[in-house]
Amino acid sequence: MPHRVVNVVFAGLGGQGVIKASDVLADAAFRAGHDVKKAEIHGMSQRGGSVTSDVRFGPAVHSPMIPDGHADFLVVLAPTQVENNLHQLRETGVLFPPDLVPDAALRNKRSLNVALLGALSFHLDISDEHWREAISASLPERLLAVNLEAFEAGRAAERARAAGKGTHGHA
Amino acid sequence: MAALDGEVALGTGYPGTPSTEILEAFAALGGRAQWAPNEKVALEVGLGAAFAGARVLVTMKHVGVNVAADPLFTAAYTGVDGALVLVSADDPGMASSQNEQDNRRYAVAAGIPMLEPASSQEAYDFTVAALELSGRFHIPVILRMTTRVCHSKSVVVRRERPLPPAPPPRFVRDIRGRVMVPAFARPAHRKLREKLTAIQDWAETSTLNRVHAGSPALGIVVNGISFQHVREAAPEASVFQLGVVHPLPLEALRRFAAGVERCVVIEEGDPVVADALSAAGIRVEGKPEMYRFGELSVSRVRRILAGDVSPEPPPARQKPPELCEACPYHPVYGTLQRMGCIVAGDIGCYTLGVMEPYQAMDTCVAMGASVGVGLGLRHVLPEEQARKVVSIIGDSTFIHSGLNGLVEMVYNPPATGHVLIVLDNGTTAMTGQQEHPGTGRTLEHEATGHVSIEGMARAAGVQNVDVVDPVKDPKGFEELLSRRLAGNDLSVIVARRPCILAAADIRHYEKLNSEKAAAAAAPPCAACGSPDAA
Repeated sequence: MPHRVVNVVFAGLGGQGVIKASDVLADAAFRAGHDVKKAEIHGMSQRGGSVTSDVRFGPAVHSPMIPDGHADFLVVLAPTQVENNLHQLRETGVLFPPDLVPDAALRNKRSLNVALLGALSFHLDISDEHWREAISASLPERLLAVNLEAFEAGRAAERARAAGKGTHGHA
Repeated sequence: MAALDGEVALGTGYPGTPSTEILEAFAALGGRAQWAPNEKVALEVGLGAAFAGARVLVTMKHVGVNVAADPLFTAAYTGVDGALVLVSADDPGMASSQNEQDNRRYAVAAGIPMLEPASSQEAYDFTVAALELSGRFHIPVILRMTTRVCHSKSVVVRRERPLPPAPPPRFVRDIRGRVMVPAFARPAHRKLREKLTAIQDWAETSTLNRVHAGSPALGIVVNGISFQHVREAAPEASVFQLGVVHPLPLEALRRFAAGVERCVVIEEGDPVVADALSAAGIRVEGKPEMYRFGELSVSRVRRILAGDVSPEPPPARQKPPELCEACPYHPVYGTLQRMGCIVAGDIGCYTLGVMEPYQAMDTCVAMGASVGVGLGLRHVLPEEQARKVVSIIGDSTFIHSGLNGLVEMVYNPPATGHVLIVLDNGTTAMTGQQEHPGTGRTLEHEATGHVSIEGMARAAGVQNVDVVDPVKDPKGFEELLSRRLAGNDLSVIVARRPCILAAADIRHYEKLNSEKAAAAAAPPCAACGSPDAA
């Protein structure tokens, strides 16, 4: 268990599953025994506009919002939303761009959100069992298999990226 | 969940970000919740139930309290028998609202106690505390939330039987207490002030206000979500966390301020607490004016504490929302743009008609305002321009408060007549597809009485009432609109086509409800006389 708070920002456009992805991470982190807080803005932003959701977990979390430049991980679902959210990332933070997991690796393109969670999971101390429970709890059964596959595809993509760089994730 | 555990008998409200999810969650957990046509009606229904001794939760967004303000101010005089908690969900920074009014002012103006939670756990605990406070002092209580408390999720511990069981509702006559003619209202106002004095004494020692001991060099007085920012920005500071925002525990705050070298008030929005403390002769620092605007955050709290008034970095570029690609309103706005109409708009998804490529909206002020504003424009503009004025309103907004404008239109018609377009997509789309009286389904999507929009228009006396499908026949819509604009009559055009996001759900609810109706119409079981469940 990390000794400090882990900050993850999810970004994308309305309808892409930004909030769903952040819900799954929050649930998985909670199952792993962390204090978790999550904040998002929706409402008018639902209509295809920018959406972001902050998830913070660790031994004790205060503010549900991540201060600018303090995100350890930035997960972005839309190519147009990378640039304008980079300021949220720390210098040592890790970006998960939407093209990290190629379309060809996904049976259903709509599970990109869960695929990027798989990539993120490579860096987090949350067990497979907790991830699986969190994904199962938030998706209808008929979408479960395709999303669990996407999760694995995402993790494989991140493993390949880490091997290519010769670095390993932190936290 | 707190409403359920606190034995709330009825939840009512009108949808509005960021308050909408409360009643939906209450219903999903098994509570009795219903949407009202608007916030004023919701509060009145809640008040009646509370007169009868029930515990009630009434929910709305901050601007909804403006609509409910009329009964609210006098409900402070009448008080309640059971318990009445009004949730006001404020939206500092205007994530999804037309203004960022600070509803702490309402508590002061109406003389109603107000509690404000700083986390999901406190949202639970304070809802229970608000029910308890309302029941003990027989007064409505406002629970003020803000976007970041409403739209955050965190771990909540549920309490075992947090309140004594609610007694069954019953009617007890109390004419002097509830009929607010002047002779009874005068003593009622004095009684309210006595109650507030007693509540202030209670607030001085209430555990809802908490002092977090820290360094005597810096003391911070804070309410709501800003508390979380303060803990992170200044973990060393002594903190007075206000849970009771009105009436303020002035003596406890005076002692706190005297015990620290520097005392700063950190609050989002207006300087409500800072002004009140200064007026009471308590020496505190407020925030620079620039921090009145928008939400606070950890970094903004750091800046306030450092007295930093240098320009803030501009917010990151965001893609603005737009009408959904398959939204049925595209042809309507295309027509309005081509015809060069002056459009008095209203509040909902369709306000997005103001964006590119249409820019087909000229005003948007308040729920239902499109009708009155359009009529006002027609009354005074030169004829050539007056003929181009159209009011445009959504189905849920029309029922909410457009009906009043409809009556005005018939009663004081402009010389050139008027055209009101009701965009009926069969749902309250903006807030996440809630039902309303025009859909004929309840909050939980069960069949109920149905209010006909065109029926209301005809009954009010509008000469031309048409119902069209703007997607199926865009040309017909355009021709109809030109014809109506050319005449001097009053016209209502209902542009009906389900919201693309809601259409599948609507078909599903309709199927379920017609199956239920068929089952209910089946002959009763011969053996026991009860309807045949199979």
